[in-house]
This record gives sequence, C-alpha cells and structure tokens, in this order.
Amino acid sequence: MEFEPVIGLEVHAQLLTQSKIFCGCTTRFGNPPNTNTCPVCLGMPGVLPVLNRKAVEYAIKVGLAVGCEIRGRSLFARKNYFYPDLPKGYQISMYDQPLCVGGGITIETRKDRKRIGLTRIHLEEDAGKLIHQEGADDRTLVDLNRAGVPLIEIVSEPDIASPSEAHTYLTMLRSILLYLGVCDGNMEEGSLRCDANVSVRPAGEKQFGTKVELKNLNSFRFIQKALEYEINRQAEVLQGGGKVVQESRLYDPDSDTTDLMRGKEEAHDYRYFPEPDLLPLIVDQKWIEEIRAGLPELPLERRDRLVAQYGIPAYDADVLTTTRELADYYEAAAKASGNPKGASNWVMGEVLRKLKEEKAEITACPVSPDRLAGLMGLIEAGTISGSLAKEVFEEMWATRHAAPDIVKARGLTQISDEPELLAIIDQVMAANPGPLAQYRAGKSATLGFFMGQVMKATQGKGNPTVIQKLLGEKLKGS
Amino acid sequence: MRELFRLTGSEQLSLIRSREISAEEATRACLARMEAVEPRVLAFRCVLRDAALSDARAIDAAFSRGEDPGPLAGLPIAIKDVICLAGHPTTCGSRTLGGFIPAFDATVIERLRNAGAVLFGKTNMDEFAMGSSTENSAYEKTRNPWDLGRVPGGSSGGSAAAVAADMVPLALGSDTGGSIRQPAAFCGVPGLKTTYGRVSRFGLVAFASSLDQIGPFGKSVEDIARSLAVIAGQDPHDSTSASVPVPDYVEELSRGLAPLRIGVPREYFPRGLDSQVGDAVRFVLDRARALGARVEEISLPHTDYAIPTYYILATAEASSNLARYDGVRYGFRAAGAKDLAEMYRRSRSAGFGKEVRRRIMLGTYVLSSGYYDAYYLKAQKVRTLLRNDFVEAFQQVDLIITPTTPSVAFRFGEKTEDPLQMYLSDIFTATINLVGIPALSLPCALSREGLPIGLQVVGPPFGEARLLSAAAALESDLNFRARHRPKALDP
Repeated sequence: MEFEPVIGLEVHAQLLTQSKIFCGCTTRFGNPPNTNTCPVCLGMPGVLPVLNRKAVEYAIKVGLAVGCEIRGRSLFARKNYFYPDLPKGYQISMYDQPLCVGGGITIETRKDRKRIGLTRIHLEEDAGKLIHQEGADDRTLVDLNRAGVPLIEIVSEPDIASPSEAHTYLTMLRSILLYLGVCDGNMEEGSLRCDANVSVRPAGEKQFGTKVELKNLNSFRFIQKALEYEINRQAEVLQGGGKVVQESRLYDPDSDTTDLMRGKEEAHDYRYFPEPDLLPLIVDQKWIEEIRAGLPELPLERRDRLVAQYGIPAYDADVLTTTRELADYYEAAAKASGNPKGASNWVMGEVLRKLKEEKAEITACPVSPDRLAGLMGLIEAGTISGSLAKEVFEEMWATRHAAPDIVKARGLTQISDEPELLAIIDQVMAANPGPLAQYRAGKSATLGFFMGQVMKATQGKGNPTVIQKLLGEKLKGS
Repeated sequence: MRELFRLTGSEQLSLIRSREISAEEATRACLARMEAVEPRVLAFRCVLRDAALSDARAIDAAFSRGEDPGPLAGLPIAIKDVICLAGHPTTCGSRTLGGFIPAFDATVIERLRNAGAVLFGKTNMDEFAMGSSTENSAYEKTRNPWDLGRVPGGSSGGSAAAVAADMVPLALGSDTGGSIRQPAAFCGVPGLKTTYGRVSRFGLVAFASSLDQIGPFGKSVEDIARSLAVIAGQDPHDSTSASVPVPDYVEELSRGLAPLRIGVPREYFPRGLDSQVGDAVRFVLDRARALGARVEEISLPHTDYAIPTYYILATAEASSNLARYDGVRYGFRAAGAKDLAEMYRRSRSAGFGKEVRRRIMLGTYVLSSGYYDAYYLKAQKVRTLLRNDFVEAFQQVDLIITPTTPSVAFRFGEKTEDPLQMYLSDIFTATINLVGIPALSLPCALSREGLPIGLQVVGPPFGEARLLSAAAALESDLNFRARHRPKALDP
C-alpha cells in the first residue's frame, strides 16, 4: 500500500531583542554561564515579570509578514513543569489566546507554489541550558543565561506533505525571519529550533493517522532525515498490521534513527492557567499599522521582483534572495555595473565561494558592490581578461584595494594590440613546428594548445578574443 | 510623658519631627519594649537591632543638617517575613527558605527607606502566608498579646502581635484571604488590605498572585493612612500595580461619616456567628447612625460560594508560585537523592509543612487536565459573579460594614486538626480579595473574655481615602485604644 505523510512543524525562534522578555538582562550569546541573569530570570522569591515591548513588536512583525491576524487582546499563561533549566517551575507562554492566529507561508515546490497554513504564533520565554558533565561525579550544571530570552513559537498546520517540503518551508521561514531582522536564524546556537509532528495515512485517505512528535531536530538536514526515517518506520508498522502509538521520539543523528522519548501516559500535564502576574496584552490597531508600514520586502516578493526587474534566471534570484543582505549586495552590484546577469554570475560564483571558504557573512565581504562593479567594468572594457579578473578578485579580497589599482600596480593590463600579439604568435609557431604540422594536417584541436602557449607567453595578459582571431588566420597558413 | 512605646506612630512621628525626641530614642524605646515582651509574644523572626539604630541615627543626622528625611522619618516599622529585604534572611515562615537571603529590596521597602522609616525587624507568619493562626510557621508560635494562650490570627500574626504588644508602632503584612484583617481583629489593632494594584507586589513572595496585597498595621487609622501614603502607587516592576493617582490619605482623614450610606450585607450575619461579634458590630452601626450615616441592609447573594472559590483559585496559583522551591538554585535541598525526581520529591516534602503541601496538592488537582473546567474555570466565573455583587452594592452604598471574623481569637491547637474550620476563619475576608477591593479591620469592642472584636469596613476599588476617613470617625467615637489594652503583658 502507498502511504502519504502528514507533517506539521513547530518552530521556536529567539528574538533579537537587546534584553530578555521579562527583565532587563542582556540576551548576548556566549557570555560566561549565569552572568546574563538577575533575580527575575533566576526565579528568586518575590520577583515579577515585566513584558519587553520590543519582543511584542517583533512577534507582531512576523505575524504581519506571514499574514496572521494580530489579536487586539491576548493572554500569557503559565505552563507548569519541573526541570532544572526552568527557574520558576513554569514557563510563561501563551495558551488559548495567542497573539497571532492564522496566516501562511508560501513555498516553492518542484511543481508550483504552495501555501503552508499557520495555526498560530505566540510569545514565550526560553528556558536555560543544562550541561551534563561526564565523569566520576556525573554532575549536571545549569546555565541560566538563556532563561528568559524571548521566543516566538510558530506552529504550522499539518499542510506539509513531504520531508523535502518541510525543508523548503523551514528555509523560507528562516529567510523571512532574517529579512525581518527579528532572529539570526542560527541553528547551531539554538536561535532557531524545530519540533515536528508527523503521521502517515494510506494515500488518498482523508482521516489523519496517529501522530508522533519528533524532538531534537538541530539542523534542516536532520529534520529532513528524521522525517524520512520516521515516515518509513510508521509505514512499516502499518504495513505489518501494527498501530502507530502516539508518543514523543528523539532523533539520533549518529544512527539516523528515532527513539522513544516518552509515551502518551508519561506526557506532561502542563496545567496551563492565565499568568496572574501580567495583564492581558492589549495591542492597538495604530501600533499594528505602524509596524506594518515598516515591514521590508519579503524573500518571495523580492525574488519575483529581481527576475522581473533584472531579467535574471529564477534560480539565480532564489539564491540571491536567501538573505536580505545578500540581495542588497547583489542589487547594488547590478546597479553599479549596469550588468545584472554579470553581477549575478560574480556574486553567485566568486563572492559566495569566498564567503563559504572563509565562513563569513555577506555583510563582512571585503569587496564592496561598487568595487565588484569596477572589476566587471575592466573586463567589459577589455582591460583584463575574465580569467585574470578572478586573480584580481582574489587580491581585492585579500588587500581591499580597488581593481584598477591592482591591475596598474601589477601591470596586468590586457594586451589587445595586434602587431604586438602577432609577433608573439610568430615566435610560438616557430618554436612548435610539430603541433603546427598536426594542425595543418587537420587536427584543429591543436588550436587550444596554441592559445595556451600564446597566453603563457603574454603572462596571461593577452586578449583571448584577439588572440583567437589572429591565431585562426595565422595557423591556416600564410 | 507617657511611655514612648505606647504612643501611636503618628504621635511618635510628630515628637520626632519637632525634635522633642530623637529618632534614636524612638527606636531604642521600641527595642527596650521588644526585649521586655518578645520572649512571651514571639512575634519576630529577627530584629535588625544594629541596622535599625544606625538608620535612626542617620535620620537624626539628616534632621540636624536641616534636611527633611521624609514623611515617616525615624519611625520604626516591622516587616512580615514574606517581604524581601536585601541582605537579611527572608524565610516566609518556611524551612525551605531557611538561611535564604534576598539580593534585592521589595518596592515597599525601598519606599519606606526613602520616607525615612526605620526597618526594625521581620515578623513571624504562617508558612508562605498560608494559615489563619500563625501556627503554620516552621519556626515558632506567636502568641496573642491579649491572651498568651491564644493565637494572634494569621498569616500576618507576627506583625499584628508586634503592634498590639507596642513593640513597634507600624508593621507591614500581606493579605491574600484575610491575612492582615483577621490578625488585626484578633490582636485589637487596625489593619488594611488595599485595593488589588494599589501597592506594588514586587518583592512580596507570592502565595496567590491575583489576590496578594501588602498592607499596613498601625495603632491608629491615622498610622495606617500615613504608611499607606508612602507605600501606595504604581511600580514599573509590577505590571499589576495600578496607575490610579494616590490621594493625600492623611489630609482626607477628617472628612467624617455624616453623608455616607453604609451597607450591611445580611449574608455576613449567618447563624454560626459568635453573638458577641454580631452584637459588637450592630452597636457600631448604631453609632454610625448617630454620627449621621445612613445604614441600610443590602444583599451580596453569592457570598456562600466565596470560600470554595477562594480555596480553588488561591491554591491553584500557589501550586504554581511555589514550584520554584525545588532545591536547585537556593533554599532547602534534601541530601542523598539518587536522581532528579527524587531530589525534587524529598526536598519539597521535607522543606514544606503540612498545610503548604496540602494546598499545593489541592491547587495541582484543580488545574489538572480534565478537572480544570470543573474547578478553576468555574471558580473564575463565580469570581466574576462575586465582583458583580459588589459593583451593584456600591451603586447603592458608599461603604459596607461587616464583622471581620466569625469569632474572637481561638486557642492554640483548637483548629489545627480541622483545616475546614480553620478555612472558615476567612469567611468574611476572603471574598474581598476575590473582588480586589479595599477593606480595613478596626477594633471595636472587647468580648467577655477580654478579647478584641474586629469590624470590617469595605470600600469600592481605590476608595481607600473614603474608607479611612470613615474608619477614623468610628475609631474616635469608639475610643477603643484609650479604653482597652492587652493586660497579658503587664509585669
């Protein structure tokens, strides 16, 4: 029997506020353990939460960007459970009255565009971190720097039909968060985390199967692999006449399997109730409109615009709009060079290659869009060849100098002067009577050999177009 | 001059202000009285002798520099041990917080300091403010200064007893279901629970967040007005504190009783009410009429549901508020646990007393999935009905007068075996917390056994000024303080 999966994702995104959601502590990552803390986020007796307005603004921003309804009145609730990383013994979250409801994210599948519906987006506080020390005394240490960092939880409808759609959805969601500047999207540091709910059902069936919750999905790749494994597992269970059990499972990237974490009976009863220490969150329409007015262009809109405005291929536009900063860079280079396709080739080629090599962000790119356009201008003017340009680019990257300066300093100006090139060609032909004879005997591939020899003789500075033309004439025989 | 420690806070203040006595003398007088009677009363968890004297001397120094050290300059005040005072142990009457020292001052502490008050000590209480007799303190049983064989009431029993025994002129308590008013009634001193949101809760260790309020005990209504003026007002650290302006409570004290309409809810005089209590309250109502108030019977029809509603909501919030005492970061941790669950279980079982454990279990139960709607949600709906009762009542009348408690102070152990009986001590007070309105207990008479009887004056939201002026008028008419004082402490 054919089975089809039904997938819903719950994404937690840390908001890039300066301070925590209910106190003034910094949210900076990487500080020594327990230094970003105060009595409030340590859950000392007698403290009270005070809501960070910026966190609400960011949550509304995301809600608006994905078409949610922003509720004028929402309610914080306490989610009660005991764990050492949870100082108060409850997490302040939202339950039956979230800030944002509905909305959706449009993704691009192989066939067409598809809208993944959203159930809700709500605000909550992050918990701390436990560090388990292996060793004789087997201690567990608690770091509460992260406790109280603002999170939004973005809950999708069960609209996702495959692991690769899940991957695409997450990529798009991450990209939207980055565009909005509300989350750094860093999965390694945990600023973006994902749980998945997955079930399978016979293809064409309307009724949902029993869902399983997958946890510990620390990268987009793991999510995809965990889903693939889990879908197969469930299909096999059903095929074998068994029943899928509602439970939480943990993904183990080493074995690429999922293992039981806790069954339904062990599921927590979180005893949610309205948080009495905070007033209902009232958001007025005027504020919502102010936030809406400040929304940037979103990835998919921008992608479509790049295709229309610059005539670049959809694939290029996809890559170039991964982040707002990359798209900004590209557009600046396209405009400065007046050559959008050329700019796209450069950015997608050399620029991204170097960034990847050095694990750097586009914002740290040492070659500015203007400088890149300057380099492209030299090629277009015939001052340097394309292959030499790559060398110049390397040097621009390393020295932060402008292309014309490098070309001038290194004497790299292209040789396009015909008499000068003819003289070199004559020398090369004289030095290689064998290949010459072969060529004249009809082995035209030898042209490449002569190209290489001439370029070598000019130390790469010869204009390839001119050389090719001259070589063509000379080799045919005179 | 009378013995200094017998004066009201307001009287001591004016002597200090006029430099007839120094702040240090006022504090020393309190310390001497404390040393004389505290061994019999056991009101304090700790006395900040050195800090208090040095604060008092600083006030004197400020006076001699010609500065005004604030409206409570030099006046000693005791603090219920549920309010955080930086650098001094705050136990909440619990073993679980034995040795715990807060790193910050509660907002009320900060305001008292800025007003020149001298922080005298921390007072005993029922563990985490859960109780009506202070017998639930993990440390000691505070005695009622009027009869050392009886409880002072609770949970702010230490604060009430400290004021009643003349150890301090002022004290702060907290009131979740009657924890200021009931001990005030039992100890024969005025005590005020303010409108929810009137006083910041920041630094008040939470019992039930939607019900808790800090409020003062004093020797007179004027003492209450003076201290309320200092601690009231919005606090950026407490989102539930109200932005309502703080009136001049002292200035408005002299408005009297004459044009007021006073409501007397028939549901507050049930069959089981101690007849002495009923008679005392009726006598005061006659006096109120004589002073020109209009007294009329009213009805608060949902009163019967208040106690169950209160015990559902208060315990639900408490079960969550007390989750932080898990032995992980501070407070008591049981030794020898093999794993995390066992560490939690053993620390919390040994750290909390019986009543606290009982309430945590009740609260956990009413929030559990499958029971939430039947208990917590229904109780919230009843809470709305109770509110509506009072909204309607206050369209008819300006103030409501009831007994504070159904009986006078009971003996140690009398109710400890029967939690329901103990819970019914709050029958006239808990509703007021559910509704969130202000109420003051005023001593109005002595019973045949020589025990104080309290009268509860209830006002509309943020109606403290009117409530206090009415109470002051009754107070001066009844003249309780001049006529009675606790004899149990006489040498």
